[in-house]
Amino acid sequence: MKATVHVFLKPGVLDVQGKAVESALHGLGWPDVKDVRVGRVLTFDLPGDDRAAAEAQVKAMCDKLLANTVIESYRVEIA
Amino acid sequence: MKAAVIVFPGSNCDRDCKVAIERSTGATVDMVWHGDSELPDGLDLIVLPGGFSYGDYLRCGAMAALSPVMQAVKAAAERGVATVGICNGFQILCEAGMLPGALLRNEGLKYVCKPVALEVTNAQTRFTAAYRDRREVTMTIGNGEGNFFADEATLDRLEGQGQVVFRYIDNPNGSARDIAGIVNAAGNVLGLMPHPDRAFEIDLGSADGALLFQSALASA
Repeated sequence: MKATVHVFLKPGVLDVQGKAVESALHGLGWPDVKDVRVGRVLTFDLPGDDRAAAEAQVKAMCDKLLANTVIESYRVEIA
Repeated sequence: MKAAVIVFPGSNCDRDCKVAIERSTGATVDMVWHGDSELPDGLDLIVLPGGFSYGDYLRCGAMAALSPVMQAVKAAAERGVATVGICNGFQILCEAGMLPGALLRNEGLKYVCKPVALEVTNAQTRFTAAYRDRREVTMTIGNGEGNFFADEATLDRLEGQGQVVFRYIDNPNGSARDIAGIVNAAGNVLGLMPHPDRAFEIDLGSADGALLFQSALASA
């Protein structure tokens, strides 16, 4: 199975990279772009075919290492 | 007096810390590799140095916080051993859950490297007792991710309990409530972004950092 983890700064936590990208897009002729957030995507393979177990495992990985839940939220996809 | 400096792959202030502690306090300083699972006996002070542990991969300090030696550091801190994280060391302490909050990318997106004026907000901690006559000190910062963040309730608690130890007089990076350094509730774990290890002799531009190491070891 393929796990995909999306990690973003929580709403309300200042995303300075997102702000910089947003102002670059404005300068390039897309002035209507709003609320750019820059995040991180991790993908990896897991053995087996128990999706629920895999999802639980990946969530544990997120809480332990892949995200800092003080400042970040995450979303897990198993395919 | 005995201190240990933890060396992670990518630490680059580990030698600076050793020299700073030796020259400002006369303590012996052991270097401890991140893969060790035990610390030397009889430590009075543990220092997590600045640098770019594990290349800052994933998040600053995230991998280092899970390295084998950190279990021993946590256990020692729980026994009351004075523990200081400087710069990347502060990031590691937050990632390890030994201090609240986190360090975000600097507000201006720039790596900021310069001497900064700091208010000694609490001179009654075991790390700052020697600053009792000093309201303002100077140390150097050097970081891209030194923007302290915590939720409002945590910030209120830190302020209310005297856990804010140093504040920037002119905030260089957007840190919440100008916070440059905090201690844990027990008062024996300090994290700060400015480098006392780069300010321990007047030839370095400031000797104010020496007082921090002297305070930490005087209380041992």
